[in-house]
Parts: sequence; C-alpha cells; structure tokens
Amino acid sequence: MKHLLAIESLSREQIETILDRAESFAEVGRRDIKKVPTLRGRTVVSLFYESSTRTSSSFELAAKRLSADLVSIKAAGSSVDKGESLKDTVATLSAYDPAAIVIRHPHAGAAQLVADWTEAAVVNAGDGKHEHPSQALLDVFTLRRRLGALDGKRIWIVGDVLHSRVARSNLLAFQRMGAEVTVCGPPTLIPRGIEALGCEVSHSLERLDEADVVYALRMQTERMSESFVPSLREYAACFQVDTRRLGPRQLLMHPGPVNRGVELSGEAIDSPQSLIVEQVGAGLVVRMAILYELLAGGERPTTADEGEGAATRPTPIGQPA
Amino acid sequence: MSLADSLDVRPGEGADLVLRGATVIDPVAGIEGVHDVVVRDGTITELTTPGAAAAEGAEVVEAEGLHAFPAFFDPHVHLRTPGQEHKEDVETGTRAAAGGGYCGILAMANTSPPVSTAADISALREQARADASVPVGFLATVTKGMRGEELTEMVELREAGAIGFSDDGLPISSARIMRRALQYQRLCGGTIALHEEDPELSGDGVMHEGPVSAALGLAGVPAVSESTMIARDAALAAYEDARIHVQHLSAKESVEVVRAAKAAGVKISAEASPHHLCLTDEEVRSLDPHRFKMNPPLRTETDRQALIEALRDGTIECVATDHAPHAAEEKEVPFEQAAMGVTGLETAFAALHTELVLPGTIGLGLLVERMAGGAAPFGIERPTLAPGSEANLVLCDLGAEWTVGEGGYESRSANSWCAGRTLTGRVLVTVAAGQVAFRLRSFSLGVAA
Repeated sequence: MKHLLAIESLSREQIETILDRAESFAEVGRRDIKKVPTLRGRTVVSLFYESSTRTSSSFELAAKRLSADLVSIKAAGSSVDKGESLKDTVATLSAYDPAAIVIRHPHAGAAQLVADWTEAAVVNAGDGKHEHPSQALLDVFTLRRRLGALDGKRIWIVGDVLHSRVARSNLLAFQRMGAEVTVCGPPTLIPRGIEALGCEVSHSLERLDEADVVYALRMQTERMSESFVPSLREYAACFQVDTRRLGPRQLLMHPGPVNRGVELSGEAIDSPQSLIVEQVGAGLVVRMAILYELLAGGERPTTADEGEGAATRPTPIGQPA
Repeated sequence: MSLADSLDVRPGEGADLVLRGATVIDPVAGIEGVHDVVVRDGTITELTTPGAAAAEGAEVVEAEGLHAFPAFFDPHVHLRTPGQEHKEDVETGTRAAAGGGYCGILAMANTSPPVSTAADISALREQARADASVPVGFLATVTKGMRGEELTEMVELREAGAIGFSDDGLPISSARIMRRALQYQRLCGGTIALHEEDPELSGDGVMHEGPVSAALGLAGVPAVSESTMIARDAALAAYEDARIHVQHLSAKESVEVVRAAKAAGVKISAEASPHHLCLTDEEVRSLDPHRFKMNPPLRTETDRQALIEALRDGTIECVATDHAPHAAEEKEVPFEQAAMGVTGLETAFAALHTELVLPGTIGLGLLVERMAGGAAPFGIERPTLAPGSEANLVLCDLGAEWTVGEGGYESRSANSWCAGRTLTGRVLVTVAAGQVAFRLRSFSLGVAA
C-alpha cells in the first residue's frame, strides 16, 4: 500500500490489516511512555487547506507518537494565501523529501493529484465532498471493537449525505466489511443516484428501529439559506436522532463536531449507547496504523531479487498493477 | 456564395491538384465512386474516371485507397482572441482546424473582452485576412459584454460582418431579453446560437448529476437544466418566428425537445460535439479535468445513444467541436477548480470514425454529411465536391492509426479529450477556399501513404 486515497480502492483485507495494526497501537497507548521509534528520522507533512480540529490533531499526534519529524502547514498564513498553486506547494514541500504528506483539501481528487506529483506516500485526510478514508477506518475500528464483526449488521447513515465525504467513505467501508447500509435524510440532501452504490435510501426515520447502528451526520446551518431544508426546527423534527427514536440496544455514532439539538439531542449524545468519545480515541491509533502501514508496512519487497517487479515501486492503491 | 466570399481567410494561391484514383464521397451531391479529382486554380473542375485526368501544371497526389470528402465545417470554435492568446489565436486555431480537415469555422464571442461591437468584429476580420489558414466567421454576443442585460447593436454588428450571435459560455437567463433578441433578429438577420442551461438548476455543478456524481461527491448538473431552457427558447422562437441554433446538445431530454420543435415547424437547428457522442460520465471517475471536464458535462450512455440516434435522423444536423483551448495551469488543479472545455478540431473526424463508423454504429456517408452540416444553419453554403465549386476538400487515410498528442498539436493548447488515444483515420491534405491549408508532413514526404 503506497497511498491511502479512498476507501473505494481498498479491499476488506487491506482494511483489516490497518485495523489489526491499530489494535497493537492501542496497547502502546496504555503504556506510560506512549512513543515508539518506528518513524525516527522520517518526515511527515500535514497540509490542511480546510479547518480541522480532530483530524489534524490526531494525525499530528500519531506522527509524533511514531517519532516522525512533523511539518504542519495550514492554508491560512502560508504561501497558499499568496496564491501559490497546489502543484507548486507540493513541489516545494517535496523538496524536504518527506516520507508522507497528509492532505485535507476542499476539492475532490486533490489527494490523488498530490500523489501524482510527489514521491511521498499520500494520505487523504478529506478531499471535498468525495472521501475521508481515515474517518471511515476509525469508525469501522470503533464498531469492530464493540460488535466483533460488522457482517450482516444494519447501519443507518442519517442526515446531510449530499455534502458529506464521511457518508461516502463510511458507506463504502461498512459495506466492504459486510454490513448493510441505509442512507436517510430529506430528498434534497440525498444525492440522486446514490442507490447505485448498493445502499437503501429512506426519507423517514420510521423504520430506524431496524438499525443496529445509527450514524448521524453533521447538519450545517448554512444549508438552510440554500433552501435544502426550510428550517433547522423542521429538520430536527423530522430527522433528529433522540432518545425517543433511538432504542436501548442501538449504537450511536457521529463524526463530530456535533450540533447539539439539531441532528442529535443532548440526551442521545450523552447516552450510554453513544460511541462518539470512543471514535475520537480510535482516531489516534487508527491514524498511527495508517502511517505505519504506508511507511513501514510489510507489503513491500525487501530485496531486489524477490521476483518480478520487486525493483519497481509498489502499486498505488486504486491503480491497476 | 463561396466560403472565400462569405468568411475571411488569408489570401493565397489557388491550388492546382489532381487526386489520382481517390474514393470520393459527397452524399449531399450524390457523389460516390473512385475518381480523379481535378482542382484548377482553387476550383474543382472535374471528377474523371481514374487515371483519365490531365495533370499538366498540377501537383499529382497518388490517392488510390485514400478518401476524398467535402471538407468539414465547424460552427462552434473558441479562438480565444482577443485577450487569451496564451490559449489560442486566429493563426493557431485555424491551423488546428486545417489539420482536422475543416474548410471553415465559426468563432465564438466569449473572449475577453467579449466581441460586442462593430469595431471588435472589424478588427477580428482583418486579423483573419492576415492569419487564417481556413475561412473564419465571427459571431458577436447577443448581449453587451455577455451580461445578459441589454442587446448589442445587432444591426451594426451584422453590417460589420458578424455571421450570427451567441453568448456561448453563458445562457441568456432572462426570457425577456431572449425574446427581444429574437424579435430584433427580424431587423438584422443572423442566426442566434444558444448555450442552453438554466443557471438556477446547474448551480455549482461540475459534472452530470447521477450515480457517478453521487459516488464522487461532486455537485451535479441535471439534464433538465439544459432541456428546460431549450423548451423555453423553442417556444419563444416559434412565437417570434425566429431562427435559433442549439449548441452542444448533451442530454436525451434535450434531443426530445428539439425533435418535437422541429416537428412543429420551429426554425431550430442543433449540434452535438464529438466528446458527447463518444464519451460518458463514467470517464469522470478518473477525476481528470484535462480530458473530461466541460460544459455541458459528459452524460450517461442513454444520453449518448439518444445523441447518436438524433445524428442519424437529422434532429442534430451537424457535429461541432466546441473546441475550447485552455492553458495547462488552468487544468492542473482539482477537478472542481479546473477550467471547463476540451479541444477537438484536430481529432473530431478521426475520433468519430474510430468510435462510431468503424464499429458500424453510423455509416461513413452520414458522418461526412454531418461533419459539414454546420454551415447551412448559419446561412453559409455547404462545402461540396460538385464540379464547378470552390475547392473545399479533405483527403483522408481511413486506415492510418495515430496516437493523439504524440507529435504535439497544431493548437496552442493540449487539453484534448483524445490525448493518448489511438485513433484510426487521418487527415492528409485539406483544401479550404481553394487553397491548400494543410498537408500532413509525413504524407508530403511520401511516408504516410
């Protein structure tokens, strides 16, 4: 595995490899000294073109726990402000010979482009409304710990699916792990043609009780002004997941940050079936596992005589061998 | 009226050519057979039995196994001048046209600034008489500065030589302004060419709305964004008895609207681009904006089949490339940020020959007819091989394979939707308005044939 660009191009085996690795890092996290020397002397660049709290902080902490040198760049205050193109920024950063570039960008396909332009391993930390693979991996990790396996589980993704990269990556990851997925929200916020991805589509929470897991999405307040919903009040009345709608054996997840009282009621957030805090904790170990797999993972041939293709670079994810 | 008279081209010597034993196809003129094609001083003087033509004083081209067609006419080209000559200009754009077998093109007015005044038209025509290797006609904008608010001085623009009018690149959102333009057309003539799209429905869409946009998380442009505007303008054209030309049809729904309007007697014509006839939105999964980002967007296989059917039955009378050159830096960015448009002049015939004719989807004769069908909707005489006509012909090797982009482009820009594709069928020689406008270098050296 050279890059982590999209769940779409990951196999179940590749997902499980990362999750198993994350388990071993969870063990490290319980020690007094939480740092391992794996990436000592190697550089990780964190390049964020959009604001982010948990994704950027957990990737950065993950790199530090692995003893990598970290260069952290936010678009605001950098040369991006001065109009530098993504291509030129990547060329500049690549001059430091980083082992990995973690990129968050407001447009789909940005991580793939960076991968085309650099020798470093590229981690997609969110590209537009396209994908957010590390979020999906940490969510599967969290669920796997609670449920064992996802096979046959029914997962409802509720809310603004149209504008959500998390919805897309999670839908694919949950399905790849054997779960059945339903996306639910008002018709204005469900992308036309999403059922081609193999999910069910619902516009009502009436049958929510069939779900083993309810995954709520963030409802952004600006969607109102664009007429996607008439009001947050009406949205909450129809689609808020609260303790009345959530059964006691159903698990609740949310990628954060939550709009308390909009997509989730306060009681639901604080209820025992909520995994929201566990998700954040999983973020760190899963992102350590991602960096480990890309930079020190076992899939690469160690010597040049291991057969055909051994001397070439490993095949990037998502490209034919 | 010949192309040399109705459009502008750099003056030059009339060609003296004998194409020996070419397979000649001109379906509109009813010509199909193996002939010597004799061109004297830029005029097709006769089609003789093979080997019979006298060759004194003429260049003889051994054309056995090669095909001669009426050269093509493209009613939809972006020459980018004035203002964006780093992408294209009259010289490079007409060279690309000649390389693709075209004997005439119409240039869109969405330059910077847009072509909105008689002085703009006069300057461009003068430039074409200095630099254009094939005849060019210029359209003026319908509204001043393409702002969609006030009509341009359409009478004066026509007197200065504007072939027609178009705000291409943008729709005319206001039905009131659209209606005024159609009314005013009675005064000044000139077909109004329409980029049909409802900006309210297109929103910030960057590709076709459907399963692929859902999977990629890209904002979609629904097919009805196009078809509803065509329906509006077809109704207005009917009401005002005006003449409209619908540009770059992309959706099945649009085809149905145009077909119904034609059946109802509306003076409406339509074009489709090679990329919409050959590709679908599945290509966008690659997120490659160089080849697959354009407006209107690539749509589904159902839409593509509807376009092909419309090409067959004449609902779409012509192929138009919407040749839209862009600089590399405008395309080397994420898909959503990239400029819209692809180049197409140099590859249109070869691509459609490869993708539609060779698999048997459409006949060669139909393609030849549609490639030159873009002249008539603008009141320009269709290129023909009938003896006595101004020589507008293209000589092709239908068996030649070539990889697009390998030898560079005649165009100044490289955003060809065919880049890297291997196509079958190649233009060897183009004669436009009686002059030799293009020769494939290797053919001139005797290598290709």
